[in-house]
Formats: sequence, structure tokens, C-alpha cells
Amino acid sequence: MKDLLSRVGLWRRGAVIAVPYLWLLLFFLVPFLIVFGISLSEAVIAQPPYAPLVDWLHDEDAGTSKLQLVLNLSNYLRLGEDELYVLAYLNSLKIALVTTVCCLLIGYPMAYAIAKAEPAKRGPLMMLVILPFWTSFLIRIYAWIGILKANGVVDNLLRWTGITTEPFELLYSDWAVYIGMTYCYLPFMVLPLYATLEKLDPTLLEAAADLGCRPWKAFLTVTLPLSLPGIVAGSLLVFIPSVGEFVTPELLGGPDTLMIGRVLWNEFFANRDWPVASAVAIALLLFLVVPIMAFQHVQGRQTEAGR
Amino acid sequence: MKRLGFLAWALWFGYAFLYVPIALLVVYSFNESRLVTVWGGFSTKWYAELFNNDQLLSAAGLSLQVAAMTATASVVLGTIAGLALARFGRFRGRTLFGGMITAPLVMPEVITGLSLLLLFVALEQLTGWPDGRGITTITIAHTTFTMAYVAVIVQSRLVSMDESLEEAAMDLGARPAKVFFVITLPLIAPAIVSGWLLAFTLSLDDVVVASFVSGPGSTTLPMVIFSSVKFGISPQINALATLMMLVVSTGIFIASLVMARQHRQKQRDEQMAVQETVPRPLR
Repeated sequence: MKDLLSRVGLWRRGAVIAVPYLWLLLFFLVPFLIVFGISLSEAVIAQPPYAPLVDWLHDEDAGTSKLQLVLNLSNYLRLGEDELYVLAYLNSLKIALVTTVCCLLIGYPMAYAIAKAEPAKRGPLMMLVILPFWTSFLIRIYAWIGILKANGVVDNLLRWTGITTEPFELLYSDWAVYIGMTYCYLPFMVLPLYATLEKLDPTLLEAAADLGCRPWKAFLTVTLPLSLPGIVAGSLLVFIPSVGEFVTPELLGGPDTLMIGRVLWNEFFANRDWPVASAVAIALLLFLVVPIMAFQHVQGRQTEAGR
Repeated sequence: MKRLGFLAWALWFGYAFLYVPIALLVVYSFNESRLVTVWGGFSTKWYAELFNNDQLLSAAGLSLQVAAMTATASVVLGTIAGLALARFGRFRGRTLFGGMITAPLVMPEVITGLSLLLLFVALEQLTGWPDGRGITTITIAHTTFTMAYVAVIVQSRLVSMDESLEEAAMDLGARPAKVFFVITLPLIAPAIVSGWLLAFTLSLDDVVVASFVSGPGSTTLPMVIFSSVKFGISPQINALATLMMLVVSTGIFIASLVMARQHRQKQRDEQMAVQETVPRPLR
């Protein structure tokens, strides 16, 4: 390591890093600053539809020019005052939480079972979990429309078995959104869970059993606490993108399934109110700063552990 | 025994949950009836209709083009980024760099899309570039969020890899660039291949970011699918989905076969090397 550091000249290392570094600065960091700037501007009917923050004012009489900076907080005030935004934020948090819990409930036993399987079988079993992730997200959501809609697979099954006689539609409801999002994010939960569970030392459980510990108690006191890093990583990996989810609520949810991603989309595309859309994005980002930093912490620790 | 039973059930339930919707999608793509939920006999007519749908085909062509460019660009940038994170130790601004690598992994797509669009608009006002939005802006946007995935894959591969080979080459006087191309690159090739495939898939799949940064005349395949799905389901989409899944699973199957063979070959080579170099009493 030291060798590599000393031999590659500092400037040369700098030149190597500079390419992705500058790319990310320009296309990842700077855009957020622009979003923040525009969230403080005013919507006008123009192209682009916002008032510039900084303006040169030229005074003809005095023959002087001055730089004027107009900051406008009304977009943020609107977010606080209008019930729609507050409800959308709260509802997004609720849907993301339910999704995370569902993924955990389905994903944990799966990851545990795969980690307990014979070593030769683990690879193929994990492959089967990851494979759906490689097929289009949009198409996986689309598959659920045919299943959940009235006269769809679930409806027909229920009527055929005689459980219901009336048409039964799950589509266009919060339930459909929970199902669709759990479906799409499940691999993200299983992957980190499996990674921690697989590394777990089986002798610990044997020791617990030898000392007379019942299996479920050994699970609760040994396995579960030791798999906590995986639980945290998986939950964050599901929760953070879920909060801002747009496609699933748009396709599976009803018109009253309010989510902040949808609100942002509508402000931008339907109302063409870029400043309010930017304010919504900044507020969402503020919501997510803590979970994102927690995720980076966990991610960093996991890569360190791989050393 | 009882717990094993529960685990097996949980595993089967999980796989059923993951695969039944996909299986139904494939089955109904061969349905004669226009109603996606009523079985009207076997037919391949939706596939025929699909190949006559010009709008869909040109969108698919555009998407494949964007995905290939995105995957290639993000493999180059992501490999450098992963290398820097895994091998360069502490450098100035490493925390910020690491943050900018991991944040796109979880960033909601609406935020990425909106922020990149506003950047392109501001850049165009300031410098005149990019002139309008289209294939270039979509590719840049996709590269930005997919390179993070590549960087993470390459980084974790490098971290788990022994550095002694690289050090040995250095000690024998190889220049750093040569060490990278002759030693490191072949060793991380599997990570680069999966990174390329992942970036390609993510780009081919994205509807939200592309909707923000695309311009008139640059409609990608997911955008076409999204708008047609919003107006109800059509067996044509089922046929398209089946074809896409066929292509993806074939690609993955071939890639994993090749990688498994390389892995076996490598193990054999290592074994032979050990047999040849280690003195007999130590074997």
C-alpha cells in the first residue's frame, strides 16, 4: 500500500482521480446547488420558467449599475401552509416504512434460509433472488396490474374459490402500492442480509445449543443481534429510495395515493412550476440527509470489513 | 426440524412472490384474447404486432444506444473511482468523493432527474451547451448515477483482492500504469463485466430521470412503455417484456458461464503453479 502511494507520483494520482471527481462535482453536486437556488426564485411565464436570482440593475439617471439578489422564501412557506404537501410527505414516510417492514419480514427468512443451505446451493439460490432485479423495473410493476385489477388474476381466483362474489379490485389503492414496492425492493433487502448472515460463525450457535439454549432463543440472542448491520443496510437501501418513489404509486396507486415523488412530478410537468418543484426536492433531501449519511456510514464500514 | 420447515416455506413463498408475476406475464403474452386476463387460446400475434410498431422499435433502438454508451462511460469512470477509493488511501477530499459515490445509489430518481435538468438548462444559458436536450443529456444523466454502482462493485472487488501481486510487479520495476493494465485490470475483469451489464440494465430501465432530461424526439423505450401502461395494459407490452427478459437472462447465463469457466481455469493454473514451485517436502 505504502509502496503504491510513494511510487505513483502525487500529481499523477491527482490526475487519475480528477476525471471522476470533476464529473461528480459537475453532474451531482453542482445540480443540487442549482436546485436550491431555483427553489428561492419566483415562477414566471418565460423560458425557462423562473425568475433569475441575480440581476444587473442599470440606473440611467445616476449612470450606475448594481447587482441585485432576490431571494424568495414563499415556495417554502407554501410547502408548510398547504396541507397537500405536508400530507404527501407524511404519507411517503408511511408507505416507505411499511415497504421496509414488509421487505424485512419476507427477506430475512429468505436470506437466513439461503445462508443455512449447503454452500454449493447458496450461489444459485442467491442468483434466483437477484435475477428479477435484472429485468425491467417498469415491467415488473406492469405485471402486477394484470394480477390486481378487477377481473384480474386475484379477483378471478377469489371468485372461483367462492370467497367473494362481487368484483374485487386491489389495484389503484395503497395496498397495491405496498405490494408493488415490496416486490421491487425485495432483492435490495435480501442481498445485504445474506452477506452478513453468511459470514456468521456457526460455532456460536453450536456453543449456545451446547449450553442448553433453545433454538429460537439462540436466534434472538445470537443471530439477530449479529445480523443487525445487514438489517440496517438493507432497510436503508429500501427506505431511502422508497420515500421518493414515483413510478409505483403512479401506476398502481389510486388518485388519492399521495406521495412526494408524485407531487414533485406534477408540479414540474403538469403545473410547470419549477421553483416549487425545486423546493419540494430540497425539502425531501433534508428529510433524507440523516438516513443517507447513516447509509454511507454502514456502507463504508462494510467495505472496510471486506479487507 | 420444525424451524427448518418454516424456513423452507419462507424460501418457497419468497421465490413464488418473485416469479409468479413474471411467469403470468410471459404466459399472457401468448394469449389470443385482447383481454389480458381471459385466456383465449395460444397465439403469437402480439409479437407480430410488436415488430410492426415503429414508434416502439425506434424508441428501443434509442434506448439500446443510450444504454451502451452509458455502460461504457460509467465503466471507465466507475473503475477509476473504485480504484481511487480502494487503493489510494487517504487523499484530499476523499470523504466528499466517497459521499458522491454512495449517495446516487439511494437518491430518489425524481431528485436526480430534476437536478440534472436544471443543470442542463443553466449550462445552456451560460455556455450554449448542451444545445437542447436529447441523447447526450440522457447519456450524461444515466452515466452519473450508474457509475456509482460500478465504483462500488469494483471497489469491493479490489478490497477483497490480495495486493501482493501488484506489489510484486512494482518491486520488479513495473510502472504503475503497466501494473494497472497488466495485473489489476485482468483481476477485476469480472467486476467490470458485471458493472457494465448492471449499468446497461439500469439505463435501459430508467423512466424517471430520462423523462426529465430528454427532449422532443428523444423518447426512450421505458418512456413509451410507461405512457402506454398508464392508459391500460396491452398484450403487446407483455410480448415486449417477454423478449426483454429472454435477452437479459440469456446475457446473464452466458456471462456467468464464461466467468465460471475462467474461475475454474484460474484455480487449475494456481494449483499447477503451487505444484511446480513448492518443494516436495512442503506439499
